[in-house]
Formats: sequence, structure tokens, C-alpha cells
Amino acid sequence: MRLVIAALAGALFGTGLLVSGMTDPAKVQGWLDVFGTWDPTLGFVLTGAILPMLVAWRVAARRRTALTGTELPPPPPQKIDGRLIAGAALFGLGWGLSGLCPGPAMASLGFGGVPFLIFFAAMVAGMLLFSAWNRRA
Amino acid sequence: MNPDWIAGLIGGLMIGCAAAVYLLGNGRIMGASGLLGGLVDGTGRSNMVERAVFIAALILAPALLVMIGAAERSAPIAGSGVLVLAGLLVGFGTRLGNGCTSGHGVCGISRFSRRGIVATLVYLFTGGVAVIVARALGWTA
Repeated sequence: MRLVIAALAGALFGTGLLVSGMTDPAKVQGWLDVFGTWDPTLGFVLTGAILPMLVAWRVAARRRTALTGTELPPPPPQKIDGRLIAGAALFGLGWGLSGLCPGPAMASLGFGGVPFLIFFAAMVAGMLLFSAWNRRA
Repeated sequence: MNPDWIAGLIGGLMIGCAAAVYLLGNGRIMGASGLLGGLVDGTGRSNMVERAVFIAALILAPALLVMIGAAERSAPIAGSGVLVLAGLLVGFGTRLGNGCTSGHGVCGISRFSRRGIVATLVYLFTGGVAVIVARALGWTA
């Protein structure tokens, strides 16, 4: 059951990313290009995505476990630290330069061709670099 | 209304429903960088198969839709060198900051998480800066 739900959520996520235009790097850069010819599409995507989750978190608050019996996530941590800020800042730089974030980068793997594979490989390398650095820090 | 905006809203609703299904079904936060990162560095060993199935479906569904001609394939805008640099930044940054657009943005903002909101403001800001730099240097199409 857990795997069926994971497959369903993954497929719906991928379809939504494709339909919304998030897998199109030019569209994403257009959204970030506030001082150029700004493209508001991603604002609609984010709004659309947040709406069902507003409901879902309310439902989750009234339950102890998810459908498959797993415990629901604890309340979010509140701590704003250097890691959060620096990590988000670095991520944003990469996002702006390429027009790709992790979800769309994966959703494009099956049809995007070599450039998307290059980005994905570099992203995985960045994750491994972090893991190595984190173990020493 | 611009057809792109309507597609954005519909696609966004699908993304939000996917996150809702994953949360209420499996009790997990649907964050793309966390799901992949846990597979890559082994921290997600306890639910490896679930992560792999999610990611496989995430890759296969859009590929299938493009293959049958239901959607257009998109083209990258940056050259290989920029893509490598950007990929490294995205990979390292999302692990350091513990989330990306889906985890901090969609799942975080919708539960009014302070960390999610702050992270989103920061990456939107540096993303905007990066686009200005990329355009100035002629790194985009």
C-alpha cells in the first residue's frame, strides 16, 4: 500500500510539474526575472500547490497517524540558523542560473536529453559533496 | 486569462494534491531534494524502496506524457558549464538548507512554518539575483 501511494504521488507530482510549466527552465527564469519581462506563471503554480496542502495539514492536525499507519510529521522546527539561510541562498543561485530545482530536474530526466542529465549528475554530486563536508564539520 | 497561468494553476493543484496524498497516505513530507538526497547519501536507508518508487513514478509519468505527445519537451537555457555549476549549487544548497521549492515552498508555507517561509524568501531573492547575473553575462538563451 505504501508503495502504491508513493507511485501515485510521484506520478501526480511529475504530471503537475509538466503541466504547470515548472519543467521549462525559460519559464522559471522568467518568474525570477523581476526586473526584466516578468512572467507571473509560477505564482499561480505555487498558489495552486499550497491550496490542497492547507487542507491536508488541517486534516493531519486532527489525526495521529497517516492512512498506512505511519506517524504524521511532528510540528515544524522553528530555528532559523545559518545553515538554513546559506543553504537556501546557494540553492536559489543554482535555481536562477539553470531554471531548474530538484523536482523538475527529476521530472525532465525521461525526456530532456543530455543537458538535463548533466544537471542531474551535478546535483547528485553536490549532495554527495555536502554529505562528505557535513561528516567532517 | 493567459492560458499559461491557467495551466500553472491546474498543474499547481496537481502538485499540491500529490503532496497531500503523500502526507495523509504515507505520513511523509513531499520534498524532492530530501527524497533524492536520502537515497544518494544513505540517510534514507529505512525507506529506500518507497523513495525509489516515488522518484521512478516522478520520472516516468512526464516522460510518458511527452512520448504520447500530450506535452511538449522543454529545452535547457544554459550551457553545460553553467548547468554543472548550477547543479552543484542546487545539490549542496538544498541539503545544507534541508529543503527546496517543494519541501520549504509548498509543504512549509502551507503549514505556516517559519523556516519554510524564510527559506523561500531567501531562495527567491538569490534566484532573482542569479537571473540578473546570468542575463548580464549572456549565460541564457
